[in-house]
Amino acid sequence: MIYQGKQKIWADYQKEIPDDHWFYVRSCIRQNFFPASEKYFLKICRDLLGRDIYESEHHTTCAGIAYHCDTIPQETAMTVVARQFALMTEAGYDNLVTSCITSFGNYTEILETWREFPELEAKIREHLWKACRREFNKPKYVAHASDLVYKLRGEIAERAKYHLVSRATGEPLRIVEHIGCHYSKMFPHKGVGGAEYPCVLSGMAESWGGQIIDYPERRHCCGFGFRQYFVQANRGYSVSNTHKKFESMEPFHPDAIITNCPGCPYFLDRWQYVIAEQTGKTYGRNGYGIPVLTYEELAGLVLGVDPWDLGLQVHQVAVEPLLDKIGIPYDPARKYLGMNEKEIMKPGLPSVLKCC
Amino acid sequence: MVNRQPVIAVIGAGIAGLEAARQLAALGYKPVLIEKSGTTGGHVAQWNRLFPDMTPAADVIEPLRAQTAGIKTLLGTEISAINRLKDEYNIVLSDGSSLLCQAVLFATGFRLFDASKKEEYGYGIYDHVITNRDLERWFNTREDRRIQQPKAVGFVHCVGSRDLKAGNTQCSKVCCITAIKQAIEMKEEFPDAEVYCFYMDLRLFGKKYEDFYIKAQRDHGIHFIRGRVSEVGEAIDGRVVVKAEDTLSGRPVKVTLDLLVLMAGILCNPDALRYARDTGVAVDDDGFLKSRDNLAAITESSRPGIFFAGACTGAKTVPETLAEARSAALAIHQYFSNRA
Amino acid sequence: MDFGFKLSPSSAVNLDTVDRRRYDRLVQLVPDACTCIGCGSCSATCTSASWTGMSVRKVLLGLQRGRDAEVDNMLSGCMLCGKCTMVCPRGINTRQLILTLCRLDKNGEVVR
Repeated sequence: MIYQGKQKIWADYQKEIPDDHWFYVRSCIRQNFFPASEKYFLKICRDLLGRDIYESEHHTTCAGIAYHCDTIPQETAMTVVARQFALMTEAGYDNLVTSCITSFGNYTEILETWREFPELEAKIREHLWKACRREFNKPKYVAHASDLVYKLRGEIAERAKYHLVSRATGEPLRIVEHIGCHYSKMFPHKGVGGAEYPCVLSGMAESWGGQIIDYPERRHCCGFGFRQYFVQANRGYSVSNTHKKFESMEPFHPDAIITNCPGCPYFLDRWQYVIAEQTGKTYGRNGYGIPVLTYEELAGLVLGVDPWDLGLQVHQVAVEPLLDKIGIPYDPARKYLGMNEKEIMKPGLPSVLKCC
Repeated sequence: MVNRQPVIAVIGAGIAGLEAARQLAALGYKPVLIEKSGTTGGHVAQWNRLFPDMTPAADVIEPLRAQTAGIKTLLGTEISAINRLKDEYNIVLSDGSSLLCQAVLFATGFRLFDASKKEEYGYGIYDHVITNRDLERWFNTREDRRIQQPKAVGFVHCVGSRDLKAGNTQCSKVCCITAIKQAIEMKEEFPDAEVYCFYMDLRLFGKKYEDFYIKAQRDHGIHFIRGRVSEVGEAIDGRVVVKAEDTLSGRPVKVTLDLLVLMAGILCNPDALRYARDTGVAVDDDGFLKSRDNLAAITESSRPGIFFAGACTGAKTVPETLAEARSAALAIHQYFSNRA
Repeated sequence: MDFGFKLSPSSAVNLDTVDRRRYDRLVQLVPDACTCIGCGSCSATCTSASWTGMSVRKVLLGLQRGRDAEVDNMLSGCMLCGKCTMVCPRGINTRQLILTLCRLDKNGEVVR
């Protein structure tokens, strides 16, 4: 691997990310899958790094899931998105930051479509006015929340309590980065580092002390695929893609996987259990899986947030081996205590995949 | 010999420029060769052996050099600008001097497509991905740390050719046969290696090219897979994992290789496009210089006194380039004869 | 545990591990076999192709992609009429090729 070759490509795919004043739109599903990720994105940006991030309780889905499942036409999705722009405009913001990768792709695709077909934009403005009497300005900048964390990675590193290195050996942890397909595959120039060698996550992992591993199926989709996952009979295609990725990364012995999409970490995490049940195989050390983290969770760990406050107990794959390797303290007894120290019930243990 | 007065600037001292200058001198003209690099012979001089008879490139270059030894040749000289005067052209050179000439022959040749632009192939990123030119250089020098007793070698045809997205829709013509030549050479060099050619179509139009292909199949057991490589990754041992579709069986194929050779395609030399702007010469839809007529007058531009030879009007083989250089010399001769 | 779905079998061919022993042996015995250009003349003219799926082109490809069962299935449809030999532009003796192949097991050993 010639690292300078990648740097050359990264230099071609740098996008402008304003430093401050963002209107934040959440994901439909992340709060269920990774309950503290969005919360800690806001906490880190606002409380720790002093940035102005605004969110409105009136925002809705971007309709990306329905659009990608082919249950609504794009014009409907456009009108929904136009409404979010109206909320942003009413709040006095120009920069839109999205939590979800498919939202990011959806917003970007819509803005690019309007750029090519201004008459469609005019039509959507009319739709929105008729539907809810709102008007909007288009955002000056659209970023994914991982873009912003990428931009702030140095400030996070300065405040880091832990680094992505093995406490025992001092060696950097081996990190797999997995980028959501809708981040840059549609519009490579809208993603930091492009689509073939994105550096949005690798940049974070490296500045927090880790080492990125580049395995042959790095670019492969996690397998979520909307219509693949949502129809039970098609789920075999979904899990097969995840399986292909794990088979490909296995020889590199990754310590963790870091992701920036709502779906990818969910499937990379949960399918490890299904694969283990079906094939008897696990991919971490000693029968464990490979922990899969969102970039906010990783940032939180680096900054010293308690793993259980970060919601890591709802992951399928046990994160304890990773915490032990870095030397992050945790209280096993508190793992399944929720808010107000109330028991949230322990899950049953899988028969193959080792969990704590 | 008749001593004719007109000065003819020949831009580029590759095989097109050398051959045309040789013919022009024989006709009694005063050609002046202007060459940007420090040596004559162009791309062909950097090649090792040439298809289809495995002729050493030096066998083409050396006689051309010897026969043009008496011709004024400006090496290491770039062209800053070309000014169009009435019936004449004034060429401003990088050393500050200028050359007044009555005709200009573009023998500017080609530029190899920058293979790193096909990011999915990882040229410049993966340790064992090289180009056709790199391999030819290795045949000449035997120095390239990326080539270490390979057990499996792959060739990717059409890298930056027939590729609308890369901005070059043209077939570069010589890559199919070059890939087969280089595949045979690698097989001769490393008889135990498996050699794969990934092609979209095999375009083996030239004299004895098809025989060369049959030889590659029958005598060398080279595997031809009809399918374009879609992406390349790096395995833990540094070898490259290549994905393609075997379109004849309709199935994806995957293979791990010790060396992947990208057949970078042929683009018009960007310098030629600059000179074309200076002189008012048109550029054709394919990105190469536009001839007065693509059938009957390929060596003539639509401007009086400007002529073309070789790859400035499209990808060419060595014999095509040499024939065109002679044809261009005759066209120039006719131009001056008609004016006299 | 039954999830109602399972890992899908992959149709991809892994050339690193594919067993080409039978093909390699065939090429030793009938060297012209490797000059096939996949033009499909043989399959187009084949007497039994429409009814049995026989195709000399696919047989040669299948051997190189480790699809022995399909190859044997196709071979069993051949009527040895010889039309494919007549049309092959590479002049491959397809009759000899088929007869030779029928004598080779999947390890490339001559068994008949």
